[in-house]
Amino acid sequence: MVTVAISGMNARPDNPGPGVAVARCLREAADLDARIIGFGYDALDPGLYLTDYCDAGYLLPYPSAGDQALAERLEEIHKSDPFDVFIPCLDAELPNVLRIEQQLKKLGVRTWLPSEDQLKLRSKERLNELAAHAEIACPRTRGITQPDFFQRCDDEGWKYPLVVKGVFYDAYVAHSPADAAVAFNHIARTWGYPVLVQEHIKGEEYNLTGVGDGEGGLLGAVMMKKTGLTDKGKAWAGVAVSDQALLDAAQKLIKATRWRGPLEVEVIKSPSGTYHLVEINPRFPAWIYLSAGVGVNLPHALVNLALSRPLPAFGEPRAGTMFIRYALETIVDLGQFESIIVNGVRE
Amino acid sequence: MTDNTTADKPVWIKPTLRAHRSGLLNKFGAVPSRQWQDEFEDVPVADLIHQFGSPLFVISEQRLRKNVRHLTRAFSARYPRVQYSWSYKTNYLNAVCAIAHQEGAWAEVVSAFEYEKARNLGVPGEKILFNGPHKPRAILERAIKEGAHIHVDHLDELQLIDEIARATAQNVEITLRLNFDTGVTEPWSRFGFNVESGQALDAAWRVAHSPNLKLTGLHSHIGTFVMDTRAYRAQVKTMCQFMERAEKDTGCQIDCIDVGGGFASRNALQGVYLPPEQVVPSIDQYAEAICDTLLEATHGREREGRPRPLLLLETGRAVVDDAEILLTSVVGNKRLPDGRRATIVDAGVNLLFTAFWYHHNVKPTRELSGVAEETVLYGPLCMNIDVMRASILLPPLDVGDVLMFSPVGAYNNTQWLQFIEYRPNVVLVHDDRQVSIVRAAEDLQAVTAQERLPDHLRDVSPR
Amino acid sequence: MFYNRHPMTNESNTTRREPLIDAKLVQRLAVSDSGFVFDPVSGHSFSVNETGLRILRLLKEGQDLPSAVKALCDEFLGSAADIERDVLEFAGLLRKQFPA
Ligand SMILES: Cc1ncc(COP(=O)(O)O)c(C=O)c1O
Repeated sequence: MVTVAISGMNARPDNPGPGVAVARCLREAADLDARIIGFGYDALDPGLYLTDYCDAGYLLPYPSAGDQALAERLEEIHKSDPFDVFIPCLDAELPNVLRIEQQLKKLGVRTWLPSEDQLKLRSKERLNELAAHAEIACPRTRGITQPDFFQRCDDEGWKYPLVVKGVFYDAYVAHSPADAAVAFNHIARTWGYPVLVQEHIKGEEYNLTGVGDGEGGLLGAVMMKKTGLTDKGKAWAGVAVSDQALLDAAQKLIKATRWRGPLEVEVIKSPSGTYHLVEINPRFPAWIYLSAGVGVNLPHALVNLALSRPLPAFGEPRAGTMFIRYALETIVDLGQFESIIVNGVRE
Repeated sequence: MTDNTTADKPVWIKPTLRAHRSGLLNKFGAVPSRQWQDEFEDVPVADLIHQFGSPLFVISEQRLRKNVRHLTRAFSARYPRVQYSWSYKTNYLNAVCAIAHQEGAWAEVVSAFEYEKARNLGVPGEKILFNGPHKPRAILERAIKEGAHIHVDHLDELQLIDEIARATAQNVEITLRLNFDTGVTEPWSRFGFNVESGQALDAAWRVAHSPNLKLTGLHSHIGTFVMDTRAYRAQVKTMCQFMERAEKDTGCQIDCIDVGGGFASRNALQGVYLPPEQVVPSIDQYAEAICDTLLEATHGREREGRPRPLLLLETGRAVVDDAEILLTSVVGNKRLPDGRRATIVDAGVNLLFTAFWYHHNVKPTRELSGVAEETVLYGPLCMNIDVMRASILLPPLDVGDVLMFSPVGAYNNTQWLQFIEYRPNVVLVHDDRQVSIVRAAEDLQAVTAQERLPDHLRDVSPR
Repeated sequence: MFYNRHPMTNESNTTRREPLIDAKLVQRLAVSDSGFVFDPVSGHSFSVNETGLRILRLLKEGQDLPSAVKALCDEFLGSAADIERDVLEFAGLLRKQFPA
């Protein structure tokens, strides 16, 4: 048996984190006998209470507390509840995790993650450079720290609508300087500076998820077109697709970065058929359960890579397989909530 | 009084109550630092406070020297001609400037006051870079006579320099300050001449047409606390392109490229999500960005027999910030109506001006017990804006407890205000651990020395 | 004794008669030994530390300020002035949990 710790248990109905979906993939992986530990950042993170998917649940310090706070907490958990593999699922925690990888290794905890340099290469502020390197089109992006940019950006050739984004999360399409300033302030409050401005590309969005083998190869890509969007722009329904051009683009990116670890590539296909790279996320997406659904269980593959085991057999991803996301209530005993609140552990 | 003599009684700790609110339900969320530090550079904090009072600024000579050496080494190892200049406005206490100069730094000044201060310390004119948009005629005349490097900010100033040069029959070498968009930082377009619009080239032509002026340097300062080293790559590239263009078009020969300051220090800027260790580049990373680009942009020159330009640096913040701390004492505690704890300390934003944009590191100077709680740290001023830290996790503090704020070396001993309170002692811990006052605490005499009271106001009894 | 002074007016020899907080409000709280407190009427929950828990229990017994402070002084090592100030402050925090 192997124990896998997974973060991002914030499976909120309107904007779920990927952790629960990753756990679910592992639960359903054939010939993987896994005990699963869920890590959350809030006592209301649903995954902490979902006994079907998580055998244990713990709270971690916020990423802003820094890497040593995280290391200490993980060591403390590991002492009473050892785990073999850690799959971080949130962008904001990744810099901390990478900085303590050696400490984790000493505990015997394996990961399969990009290096700090690889992480920087795909940072949203630097996407233009990476795209140029991989010869993929990319909307113009820049970081700003003052909202007055929106008043004068016309001079620099920025046209509305444009997209205002946080370095870690959140993206809003702004149609006017006033819209943009509101989005700017909202994002700056939550995610700080810089705030990113990106040219708005008209077209259809496609997403691809896969795992980089660290040597330039892309393992088991699964591609998806969102077919239903929440008002936050998150998919509540999607369909698996198979698009060679998208796959080629992703492979170029993986090759250019020699990416190691999970990733999600977001592109927009313009009406003329050009693919524009919008974002690379260094983690599995919230819709990762679709990968198990199409027979390409990427979280399972990741666990095996981390443990230097042979890769699981992948099926040919079946284009046309759909997912529809729904909300479900789980019943929580006050004592469990108390235990998370008081001790940061689900008893 | 109640009988407190019984042994084995638990020690009373402050009761706390924490409401559970969605989004903040994580006992481990914000981890209170358990760090404390009872000395600075091996000098006990208690001794410092006892001898020099509270609040107290403490500067480390050793760290400042180390920082200057580290910076100059990082650049000299990568580029053959480098000169560092101490940016006075960052911290112009004489002791601080003198240490920088002893380490080989020139002076970078932006006003008559700063110029006079540098000269007074014994810095010769030719080792002074004179920046800034306001250089009155008298000081310009002196600076020109003394051979200072004049960095021109606007056309009216250029006109004035030309006039002085003509009137005194001198040939004056000047540097133009440039501004442009790096594509990464917000342009500081109010200083100097704009490159993109052609303004800068016009200025170069204006210099070329004057028989008394010679364009020999280019300067730009792209901003402060720049965390993205790509900005410097873009800056150097743009400056070198402009250098080639100006030399080719106007026949000048550029000998200095001054990239200004702006490197971030290891301080937590408000509104930056991750801690500074993770987002602030190292000095070596800045040096690499600047020197790599400069070497690449100038390698053709060497082949053609034209010298590579001298690289000038005006780094302020990144050199001095972590060489100074502020010690401040608790004067009282209270509970705010919204339930948060508030602690009042004897140093406020009057002394720590940078509290407006940093979340300074705040360390207790003894081991504290009790539950850490969200606390607001207020200064002593009767002003709502006097907030030293809007939110920090701290165990309960007693009156008289000393807190250490760091890093505070940049822009506080220059931007502080004499407002409501006297400004306290600033002391220097010497290389040999001796401590001396480098700026004495103010008193009534010092603060009112410049005031003059008209005779008819001398008697304050009601008439 | 100092706690016979009214803490707000500093009038000596006037004892605050009314309890620090309506005992009925405190009575309804589900208080667990871990310091986790749940109010079944409002649905709010909050956490208290060990001294907070002790005060809560004293208040549940309907103790007024002087007797609560006296009990705590007997039980803990600390100055009566500090304890009185902290109990008052804690009662204030508690009252905030029961909006009128
Ligand atoms: C012209 C010039 N040079 C140097 C500096 C020093 O900058 P920093 O402290 O960011 O290094 C400044 C600061 O504003 C400046 O205006």
